Amino acid sequence: MMLHTINKSPFERNALQSCLRLAKKGHAVLLIEDGVYGAFQGTAVAAQIAERMADMKFYVLQPDIDARGLGESPLIDGITPVDYGGFVDLVAEYEATQAWL
Amino acid sequence: MAYQMNGTSVETDEEGYITDISLWSKDLADLIAQDENIDMTDDHWEVVNFLRDYYEEYQIAPAIRVLTKAVKKSLGPDKGNSKYLYELFPYGPAKQACKIAGLPKPTGCI
Amino acid sequence: MHEEDEFGESGVVKRFMYVNRKAPYGTIYALECLEMILIAAAFDQDVSVVFADDGVYQLKKGQDTKAVNMKNFSPTYRALDDYDVEKIYVEKESLEARGLSADDLVIPVEVVAAADLVEIMAAQDVVLSS
Repeated sequence: MMLHTINKSPFERNALQSCLRLAKKGHAVLLIEDGVYGAFQGTAVAAQIAERMADMKFYVLQPDIDARGLGESPLIDGITPVDYGGFVDLVAEYEATQAWL
Repeated sequence: MAYQMNGTSVETDEEGYITDISLWSKDLADLIAQDENIDMTDDHWEVVNFLRDYYEEYQIAPAIRVLTKAVKKSLGPDKGNSKYLYELFPYGPAKQACKIAGLPKPTGCI
Repeated sequence: MHEEDEFGESGVVKRFMYVNRKAPYGTIYALECLEMILIAAAFDQDVSVVFADDGVYQLKKGQDTKAVNMKNFSPTYRALDDYDVEKIYVEKESLEARGLSADDLVIPVEVVAAADLVEIMAAQDVVLSS
């Protein structure tokens, strides 16, 4: 099983789109840095993640959300926030990690 | 260059601005002022404290025009003018006072 | 050195527009552009600022960078008023695509539709986009 990390804004780059197109069922996605902008309800890209929620797991790095002033904004249903410790646990839990730069 | 304070070394950049704002103290300010040939009076401290408050609020050291305007607004026209501020800090209030206040070089000062 | 106004009254004043299109922390563009804006304003230029695309995120309220160990420079936008930078535009379409509104921003701005931004942008002498 693979963990995919996305650190680019989905409004500026297509890293999230490409990842969602190419990641396999059962894989996990962790949104970090500017990637966290894709994690919220009510945006133009929210449907992309919601579409794959049933067959993949989604995580988002909370410190990067707080830095960007989005701590109070509602996450897309099903996305789990993690801290740095949770990031490490995910990397350990999955056999491989792919960073979509 | 560096200042020695109570056994710790406080680094500065090549123009004499301390590089880690968190290491600032009143004693260090006195030391920097000595290097600038300034004898710190209550009037000097008022401007230095004003700059530190401004930095706390806006995260920048203001350019001279902005400093003058802001001082005028909060301390009145007797102090919010360049003559008064240059008398306190002859080599430039924004530059010298910022250095003593432990702030970076003012934004808009090249 | 810009201690007193060396440029004086005779200095040339141009219409400078800064177009911010990048999110604040992923790259250095936003912070660098903010510095350019303050410098242009300190030299008494006619400065306008636009926030579009991910640039609108620069103004998001409530930024707290302690845990990521970076400087939170969002308070500095509130100093633009002291620098007499009063023409601040945010593109309506960019805000809406991100589920944001003017109430989510750290400073009062003029929210303008792209169609109107076209005209404002076309009227500038210099446009710097980042």
